[in-house]
Amino acid sequence: MKHIISALVENKPGVLAHVAGMFAARAFNIDSLVVGRTEDPKLSRMTIVVIGDDRVLEQVRKQLAKIVPVVKVQDFVGQPVIARDLMLIAISAPPEKRPEILSLIEMFRGKVVDISQKSLMVEVSGPETKIEAFINVCKPYGIKNVARTGTIAMPRQAKTEP
Amino acid sequence: MKPKSRTSARSADKSTIKTGAQIIVDTLIEQGVDTMFGYTGGVVLPLFDRLYDAPIHFINPRHEQGGCHMADAYARASGKVGVMVATSGPGACNLVTGLATAMMDSVPMVALTGQVRTELIGNDAFQEADTTGITRPVTKYNCIVKDIKDLARTIREAFHIASTGRPGPVLIDLPVDVSVAKCSTDGTTEVDLPGYRVRPKGHAKQISMAAQAINKSEQPVLYVGGGVISANASEELRALAEKAHVPVTMTLLGLGSYDQNKPESLDMLGMHGTAYANYAVQECDLLIAVGARFDDRVTGKIDTFAPNAKIIHIDIDPASISKNVRVDIPVVGDAKLILSELVKEVEYHQRKEWFNKIAEWKQKFVLRYDESSSTVKPQYVITELCRQTEGQAIVTTGVGQNQMWAAQFYRFSRPRQLISSGGLGTMGFGLPAAIGAQIAKPKETVIDIDGDHSFNMTLTELATAVEHELPIKVCILNNGYMGMVRQWQELFYGHRYSKTYLKNPEYEAIACAFGAVGITVDKKTDVPKAIKKMLAEKKPCVVDFRVEREENVWPMVPSGKSLDEMDGLDILESMA
Repeated sequence: MKHIISALVENKPGVLAHVAGMFAARAFNIDSLVVGRTEDPKLSRMTIVVIGDDRVLEQVRKQLAKIVPVVKVQDFVGQPVIARDLMLIAISAPPEKRPEILSLIEMFRGKVVDISQKSLMVEVSGPETKIEAFINVCKPYGIKNVARTGTIAMPRQAKTEP
Repeated sequence: MKPKSRTSARSADKSTIKTGAQIIVDTLIEQGVDTMFGYTGGVVLPLFDRLYDAPIHFINPRHEQGGCHMADAYARASGKVGVMVATSGPGACNLVTGLATAMMDSVPMVALTGQVRTELIGNDAFQEADTTGITRPVTKYNCIVKDIKDLARTIREAFHIASTGRPGPVLIDLPVDVSVAKCSTDGTTEVDLPGYRVRPKGHAKQISMAAQAINKSEQPVLYVGGGVISANASEELRALAEKAHVPVTMTLLGLGSYDQNKPESLDMLGMHGTAYANYAVQECDLLIAVGARFDDRVTGKIDTFAPNAKIIHIDIDPASISKNVRVDIPVVGDAKLILSELVKEVEYHQRKEWFNKIAEWKQKFVLRYDESSSTVKPQYVITELCRQTEGQAIVTTGVGQNQMWAAQFYRFSRPRQLISSGGLGTMGFGLPAAIGAQIAKPKETVIDIDGDHSFNMTLTELATAVEHELPIKVCILNNGYMGMVRQWQELFYGHRYSKTYLKNPEYEAIACAFGAVGITVDKKTDVPKAIKKMLAEKKPCVVDFRVEREENVWPMVPSGKSLDEMDGLDILESMA
């Protein structure tokens, strides 16, 4: 089962290596890992997607928490969560195909961010399934390049607010 | 007026301005360091210059690995943090085995390594290695200090991390320019570790649940590890075992936490544990694990380990809980605090049937060797050592058969008495460990029970022992083989002794050349007087016991078998 783990870590050199090294040393599989700054310059957030059963995930959580510069670890499994990936995709788009492609982009609420004579670069964000679906519908036109982030996520706020 | 006050202000500033090297030495002293181990080199020159007249007892090993094991054993014997210093590159790389040894056995250590100047880092400079990268998996925490303002704080943090929670080694990498830089030490002192929390106090509800389970149990067993020793919880363990009336089995690293001479002791469990410990674990209805981590050498086949037992696990490390076996009642916290709470809630139960059963096993499956043999049996040497030292010596070991026989035939009665590389199984640990332990406990008898090949790995440290006039004793159980591997080859590889025989030097001559005392024993009848002479020696003394060459360690749970599927019980019985 896929779990989204969110780890608040100290913004220090070597933390990413420590976390990645721990995953490798204990043979846990990382599906994706995203690191970014938070509102506090001393802290970064790592969002890690891990596949494993409950027992593996319990160990992942505990081993992460054990790393000294890791401040807080949460597993979002079982709670309502907003999870998003971001993708830049370059699609072959000769002028005669463009209207068709643009309507697809609109359906996926994508944005054209660059255009050339033969191609379009599109920015799409959303749940991983939506990203995959967009890649699939683009395939017939010819995909030139794909760059994707991993997943970032946050639990829905409703139940935590008073 | 003005110029005068300015002058005095400047001189006040001057008095608090220190070099990085001075800050390091001052902070070490502030942390209570009076003894340290280390080997010098180019980039640690400024630090060693400050150590020249510092009030710190400094021990210089002949190889950094040896120094690291010395600091480790110093920590294990004293309960204090062991400190080791090495230079950059090769010096730091040579620490890796020692750090990994300390990491696996949860030993509090601080290692300081020199590093090339910060502006050279990443340039493949002379004697540069990515020390923090290399040592990250073998330390509890490590970091590089690039700003002198962080130096004092980082060292304090290192001691705090190394010695609290589940102890472990911490490494600080120190670029040489930071050691020579100068700064005012004001305002750099606060420990700041938002991600490091230790919760020593156990959850009261969990402790009550554990107490209820113990009170209800008819066939309980305490299974205790090195955590009891690092938590200084032996007294609390004794109180619990006696009050609740529960038998106690120990892991290799747990030996000494409970007096083996007491009737509740089941001695060591596991692959080469006693049959009575292994049977008791397999038949118990409640297993109370304290400061132990369900290592594969202890559990045997994990699916059939303690099949009828409910499991209580008391440990300071939450990640140890349910890592290898599913635990029913976890209690996270400091063993000393938890056991002292637990003692209050348990009741005495006689458990007559259970103790009768155990007594039968203990009688039937006593550890034996062929006493009638005319050759020098390694077990006999250890039995005689134990007799002549009245079971009071501090024992260090190599790894392999020598280690298992030491664990089986020396009777340990107090914590910090056995110092052995359990988790990593580091051959060559015994001699430097004996040096570290003797430095920590100058008045005690320290004996390294070693194997020939283990001893070969670090024997250069004899020079260190001679230099510091340490009366350590080295007993080499010399069978000319890498004995434990040879045993596996005999049992599982059709007697094909592939690369387990290596030609040994004459140890007596080696000892003499180093300035130590050397004795060779090849007759059984000479064993007692050789040991007597060795114990009376003031100099380091090496005794080369030419033991039975193909003696095996029994019983043995073959790898992948259940704890109660022991080989060799018939052999032991035939010697009765």
